[in-house]
Amino acid sequence: MTLMNEPVNRNENKNKYCRFKKNGIKYIDYKDPDFLLKFVNEQGKILPRRITGTSLKFQKKVSQAVKRARHLALLPYVTDSLK
Amino acid sequence: MKNYLVLQTKILNNYKILSFMKNYETVFILNPVLSEEQMKDTVAKFVQVLKDGEANIINEEQWGLKKLAYPIQHKSTGFYNLVEFEANPELVDKLETEFRRDEAIMRFLTVSLDKHAIEYNEKRRKGAFRKDKKKAKEEAAS
Repeated sequence: MTLMNEPVNRNENKNKYCRFKKNGIKYIDYKDPDFLLKFVNEQGKILPRRITGTSLKFQKKVSQAVKRARHLALLPYVTDSLK
Repeated sequence: MKNYLVLQTKILNNYKILSFMKNYETVFILNPVLSEEQMKDTVAKFVQVLKDGEANIINEEQWGLKKLAYPIQHKSTGFYNLVEFEANPELVDKLETEFRRDEAIMRFLTVSLDKHAIEYNEKRRKGAFRKDKKKAKEEAAS
């Protein structure tokens, strides 16, 4: 046994990709809060692209959809314990 | 009032020659305090507004009483309704003024649909998406 730390396998999931491009999703529905939950953090804030890997084109649509859902009270504007 | 309506339909008819139809969908939240009959009446009223404006109603949906993500007008639940329609762009303004006038409406949102959205909605109507799966699960469970 050595005192060296075990190397963490960082190559796993290294490549980010846009799930909309990959799966051929063209329209993001604001009426589906369960799906939009993937793109907000615990406080209900929209997650940045650098975390979700979404392309710019679809990030715009995601944010538009989240904002519409918020207006209709399908998603909260502010909370502490989403998820 | 009747004269006013006639005039408006006349104006709309004139527009019809000039303008075109677009696809829209509108979601509105009704006050949960209303009785079921009042709810039905209110929904029927807005559908009638659309029909008077010569819109084609494509789909009507009632999601029922749902919990709101945050309180609106001190209410924690609301009665959600969805209407998909095809209409002249001028009609949307008219519909939205009606929404603002009606006190039973807590929130509304009208969105114009692009081609992807239309495609998506058609699929949704046929029940290709998750919501229906959930419903199916619920039905299976109950």
